[in-house]
Amino acid sequence: MTISNDTAAPQRTSVPGGKKKNSLTAGQKPGWTWIAVLAGALVVAAGITALLGGGSFSWVGWLVIAAVLYVLGMYLATRVIENSRRATDGLWRNLVWAAFLLALIPLISVLWTVAANGLPTLLETPQLLWRDMQGVTGSDDIATQTEGAPLAGGFLHGLVGTLMITLLATIISVPIGLLTSIYLVEYGRGGWFSRAIVFFVDVMTGIPSIVAGLFAFAAVQLVITTFIGDGPRQLQMVKMGLSAAIALSVLMIPVVVRSTEEMLRVVPNELREASYALGVRKWRTIFKVVLPTAMSGIASGVTLSIARVTGETAPILVTAGYIATTNWNPFDGWMTALPVYIYRQLINPTAPAAADPSAERAWAAALVLIVIVMLLNLIARIVAKAFAPKKTGR
Amino acid sequence: MTDTATEPSRRTSLKGSRGGEAGDRVFSGLALTAGIVILLVLAFVAVFLLIESLPALWPEAFSDQDTIESADTFWQYVWPLMAGTLIASIIAILLATPVAVGIALYISHYAPRSIATPVGYVIDLLAAIPSVVFGAWGMTVLAGAMVPIYAWLNEYLGWIPLFGGTPTTTGRTLLTSGVVLAVMILPIITSLCREIFLQTPKLHEEAALALGATRWEMVKMTVFPFARAGIVSSIMLGLGRALGETMAVTLVLSPGIFSWSLIQSGRNATIPSEIALNFPEAFGMRQSELIAAGLMLFIITLAVNMVARWIVSRHKEFSGAN
Amino acid sequence: MSKRIDAVDLNVYYGNFRAVEGVNINIEPRSVTAFIGPSGCGKTTFLRTINRMHEVLPGARAEGRLLLDGEDIYDPGVDPVTVRTMVGMVFQRPNPFPTMSIRDNILAGYKLNGTRMSKSTADGIVEKSLRGANLWNEVKDRLDKPGSGLSGGQQQRLCIARSIAVEPDVILMDEPCSALDPISTLAIEDLINELKDNYTVVIVTHNMQQAARVADKTAFFNIAGTGKPGKLIEYDDTSVIFNNPSNKQTEDYVSGRFG
Repeated sequence: MTISNDTAAPQRTSVPGGKKKNSLTAGQKPGWTWIAVLAGALVVAAGITALLGGGSFSWVGWLVIAAVLYVLGMYLATRVIENSRRATDGLWRNLVWAAFLLALIPLISVLWTVAANGLPTLLETPQLLWRDMQGVTGSDDIATQTEGAPLAGGFLHGLVGTLMITLLATIISVPIGLLTSIYLVEYGRGGWFSRAIVFFVDVMTGIPSIVAGLFAFAAVQLVITTFIGDGPRQLQMVKMGLSAAIALSVLMIPVVVRSTEEMLRVVPNELREASYALGVRKWRTIFKVVLPTAMSGIASGVTLSIARVTGETAPILVTAGYIATTNWNPFDGWMTALPVYIYRQLINPTAPAAADPSAERAWAAALVLIVIVMLLNLIARIVAKAFAPKKTGR
Repeated sequence: MTDTATEPSRRTSLKGSRGGEAGDRVFSGLALTAGIVILLVLAFVAVFLLIESLPALWPEAFSDQDTIESADTFWQYVWPLMAGTLIASIIAILLATPVAVGIALYISHYAPRSIATPVGYVIDLLAAIPSVVFGAWGMTVLAGAMVPIYAWLNEYLGWIPLFGGTPTTTGRTLLTSGVVLAVMILPIITSLCREIFLQTPKLHEEAALALGATRWEMVKMTVFPFARAGIVSSIMLGLGRALGETMAVTLVLSPGIFSWSLIQSGRNATIPSEIALNFPEAFGMRQSELIAAGLMLFIITLAVNMVARWIVSRHKEFSGAN
Repeated sequence: MSKRIDAVDLNVYYGNFRAVEGVNINIEPRSVTAFIGPSGCGKTTFLRTINRMHEVLPGARAEGRLLLDGEDIYDPGVDPVTVRTMVGMVFQRPNPFPTMSIRDNILAGYKLNGTRMSKSTADGIVEKSLRGANLWNEVKDRLDKPGSGLSGGQQQRLCIARSIAVEPDVILMDEPCSALDPISTLAIEDLINELKDNYTVVIVTHNMQQAARVADKTAFFNIAGTGKPGKLIEYDDTSVIFNNPSNKQTEDYVSGRFG
């Protein structure tokens, strides 16, 4: 807000003095204040850090203290030069900026950690992508760590498991979610039953993912012990891809319902009426007018929900077990999902005495997982943008 | 153009066949069924969890043992877990809320448009990172970085029970878990708050600015009163998420018995991490104990979410959003 | 093709609220009838009962009889979908289907109902309907472009073409020109004049000059106050309504003393 004061107004040329002061900018602190305060804060913070830290100088501590001092210094400077209202305004502006910068730290740190740990491994041994852990023993990892043998194993089984489980969960959730939201928007009309569904969908949104896993496990176990038997072999059957898919569906259905419902609600009523007025039945109107109009939004919402459950670990951990070989059949036998693989490699390394190869595999898998999830998010955004129907002329 | 071909849907009388009406009935029936399935699933969640946890909740009646395996009674077993879960989540909320509200304000009222949109994407990006990755990061990077802070806290604030005891050398404590949880729920609270802040009536804001208010005064006068209920409910939803978060805590925390000290390793545990660590190898009574613990978690998160919804619905009529 | 409409003691309700009370009216085939009146007087509500479109809103229902060439459309055995194939409707704002091309918009009444037809038949319907709506020359080179790319007036004529494509007996128009500029309005009014050769046209309008220009007969609706039901006050030839109304309320309204 520094208005160039020399060219202010022609009427005021009679005011004496060469450098005229614009009354609107009077009483403002000079533009270089913040540089002075920043420099001061950095110097003082260096002193404090050196004193507090004793012998060692902490760079992080220096920056944190400097930031605090800068915010305080700007507040005091503004308060002295201008007034307390402007000072408060500036203080909160700085705090809001600080909040934003603070949130960037973990984000950058997480992405950097994954990339720095995962990328070299993945470039060095891309075989990880198409090998599983079959036959990989602790001695292989010890050889890798101590003698520099190439990294053994891989996570193909994790990719396959994630793919099959997510696919199955999508097949279960999308029809239920889609039909429910159609019921809510097109048929429910705010009656008690649709209000009940909205309420319970909200409740479902809040189910912790591990509880969803326990539910799927308990439900499948109950079904199997009731209809097939409760021998040890039958109990073994409970852990399979399908159980994990049921668990993920519990998490996915509410997301699909909410996003689809929102998309259906923004379809203009005029289009439904135009269709009805042409003598088209309701279900055909829904199928051929409402759904196509909302399709890009629905597809993007479904993709986002897939992205969300792809990264889930806990429910799969308790429902699908953990194996080293690739299993394509989600209805029989244990399955490993990529997130579970990462978790297991980190917490139970293949060779407890030589954990580094396991960690390397885990980070490479984490990188692949992040890339998959980010790609799904990107696809969702592109679908939402590119295939949105053109707005009708208003 | 023959008449028979062009007028297949044309009728001369109102009466007669009602072709295609069955389609309407079938389809609305299907949609209704899907809704019923959702209600049934939720009922099953509650009922199955209850059935499978009965042996642990009441061993005398529902199992052939008199006590559960891990303790004398279920409550003795579960209360330290519940306490750990709550403490970690509260730490997360305390750390995340100011930052999240700040970022939301930054996006909605401070940043120029050209910055606000990318920042919104960045926050969504943070929300998309799988929890197991946050856990791995917390375990390998954050835990190590926290060790000197814990030593400092113990040296200068050790007289507070929270920072007492022997400080950790690995950093894998409940407080570190809380920090990781804070990072994870940050984008959730931020995006909810941003939505609400953006709904503040423009007229109110302009009225405040026209009266000569500074930007902060405008925010204080118009945005916060409008958004108060929304902020509280997004915090509650974030809390619900933190309570149920499993992998981050499981990877970061080295669990143990309950302790008030937040900076010791091998202390405390949360319900989700307890389940994740032990369920894969559990069977029989141990399995029931863990499912019962899951039921407790379900009840707690349900209560938190209910309170959040209740706050929203109670304030809906005043929000002006409708 | 064209049918007469007779309403007998028709009441329309939204839930418990009676929106329109005791309408008796006889509308001749091959004529243009205008409904005028102040906002909220129930003219649009009544219009929507003629093809049972009001039922789309939750809780809306009608009592009384509404005869289409002597057949009651509210008879329990009657399917509202059949009624709507006979009584077409054009809305206040142009609403072409955004996902469809111009051609598909015209054929919407058939395609949405899953009717199969040969390409030549479909081409015939498209050309005939667009010519009927005075739009053929403007869009014949871009039939495969989206309908939302047209101007507002063209979109509205596209919507009229869409309703005449299914060959109804009656065309209802709910303030069809209120979202259009004067030139587009003129085009629509010319079109209405041509449509009455084949169809019974009923038009709701806020614009009294428009009623005077296009309508053979005019019906004046009024409302006693907020929360009271709307009523049909006077129905007569357009010239009588505007020059020599028998009711004081009508006179006040058409002379601009209120509303």
